[in-house]
Amino acid sequence: MAHRLGFAGKKLLRMVLLLLGVSLAAFLLMSASPLDPLQTNVGQAALGTMSQEQIAQLEDYWGVNDPPLERYLGWLTDVLHGDLGTSLLYRVPVTQVLAERLKNSLWLMAAAWVLSGALGLLLGTVAAACRGRWPDRLIRGWCLLISSTPAFWLAILLLMVFSVWLGWLPIGLSAPIGAQASAVTLADRLRHAILPALTLSVTGLANMTLHTREKLCDVLESDYVLFARARGESTRSILWHHGLRNMALPAITLQFGSISEIFGGSVLVEQVFSYQGLGQCAVTAGLGSDLPLLLGVTVVSAALVFGGNLIADLLYGVVDPKIRARVRAYGRKGGA
Amino acid sequence: MDRLLNQRQRALLLSAFAALALLAVTVAGFLLSDAAMVTDFSRKNLAPCLAYPFGTDWMGRDMLARTLTGLSLSIRIGVLTAAVSAVVALAVGTAAATLGRRVDAVLSWCIDLVMGIPHILLVILISLAFGKGFVGVVAGVALSHWTSLARLLRGEVLQLRSAPYVLTAEKLGRTRLQVARDHLLPHLLPQFLTGLILLFPHAILHEASVTFLGFGLSSEQPAIGVILSESMSYLTTGKWWLAFFPGLMLVATVALFALLGDRLRRILDPATIHQ
Repeated sequence: MAHRLGFAGKKLLRMVLLLLGVSLAAFLLMSASPLDPLQTNVGQAALGTMSQEQIAQLEDYWGVNDPPLERYLGWLTDVLHGDLGTSLLYRVPVTQVLAERLKNSLWLMAAAWVLSGALGLLLGTVAAACRGRWPDRLIRGWCLLISSTPAFWLAILLLMVFSVWLGWLPIGLSAPIGAQASAVTLADRLRHAILPALTLSVTGLANMTLHTREKLCDVLESDYVLFARARGESTRSILWHHGLRNMALPAITLQFGSISEIFGGSVLVEQVFSYQGLGQCAVTAGLGSDLPLLLGVTVVSAALVFGGNLIADLLYGVVDPKIRARVRAYGRKGGA
Repeated sequence: MDRLLNQRQRALLLSAFAALALLAVTVAGFLLSDAAMVTDFSRKNLAPCLAYPFGTDWMGRDMLARTLTGLSLSIRIGVLTAAVSAVVALAVGTAAATLGRRVDAVLSWCIDLVMGIPHILLVILISLAFGKGFVGVVAGVALSHWTSLARLLRGEVLQLRSAPYVLTAEKLGRTRLQVARDHLLPHLLPQFLTGLILLFPHAILHEASVTFLGFGLSSEQPAIGVILSESMSYLTTGKWWLAFFPGLMLVATVALFALLGDRLRRILDPATIHQ
């Protein structure tokens, strides 16, 4: 147990260091930008009519003149006190914006994550079981097609078919337009989330399917499966008892590693559907040079990615009997 | 089954076809770049017909010419960025594997760091740092795609260095350079080449995506991302061809690149040489 905790602690420390690195890298990249936040947000024409004092005031507000290192250290001290700064575009604390957007996005991403993982596993198993025959060819062709399809184009297509032509689903946003926040029902939210979640799941599918197929094909060609067949086990039993167990580990890594891809997809999909989520927030912040907000989004998304990797590492110990045995041996040796 | 050609020959034929098709699109787009800019208000908003197979937009520009020009631009950016990425990956991967444990730890940490930021977000950040536009998107895509290939090459080099035949060669007194040239390179080259070609689809997709979001090529250029983001404003009025055909061509291009990489891997992989 102590070993497991030590392992988790080491991983956690590494994750915190990586997060620090991410925030510093993102900060440096943003402060290296030659784009003038005043030009993008106030506009050339308005700037021309302003007095020097007004411009100086605005420069102060957007933090143009402070040296980057000082700003980063200031930001970091605030973060340690639980304050991510104030969004320059929305004029509310970044934590508030992030919490609201994350709530919208999390459902979307979780649904897409579960759906693409489960469907990918299923399709991959079917393809491996029929390898070389037409279902396998069909599934592989389909995977090549969807992994070549940009998420935003798929989103546009679905929008055209289901919202414009058929009129079944709303054309965008995460809630009905003009409705008050209190009047939005769960059904409304679900209706608005169907298309974005569908797009995200479909684009995330290909990786998992192909990987599952590859691994299962290896397993099915192994000697122990040949032996199992000779013993008279059915294909279903072989897949269940030998296939799934042997491909569980890489599948876990892949599935938890796909959080980064899903987040990337959500940026595009939310932009197309004008869905008020984290991804759309990143685009708005980037286009409007809202440094604190973009920094917040980057750190939160990186934390999601690293958190996924951490969970995968910890699950390894639970799922893999070899690691379990090693931990037990270590415990005995340590206890004696 | 009695087949005319074996798998290798068919793979070669298919890759030759894919390469030719991509080359044709690149050249056609290059030649049509002037035609893509022509506006003619007497023919605006035409649905696809024989004269304009992809229709025309609200300024009477021929969508076929615009699409091909955009694709040509995408392919050229894709080739450039994938090449830069692959070279970075090769440098980082071999450096991590050969320059000792400390360098390895630092470089592996860097790879983890870059992989931790979702791809799109990283491309956006780098593009912002370079002031958006052509330079921004090229730098963004080139500097964010090297990680997985670098990790692959690092593992490969580590494995090769402890392989018996490499150890034997070193014991026989061959210099490091000779070992690298005669034993490591022939082994790494196929991995590197297929890795390079499999980077193209990602590079092209990310370039289009980032341009679509407004962080890439400027809106005067007929890039695929620009075309698709403009088409968004005309969706609700039923002008489906503005988004449908350019996107379809993009999918076809990316799929061709992916197919090319996959077939080349099969051709170069020594394990499948006799199939």
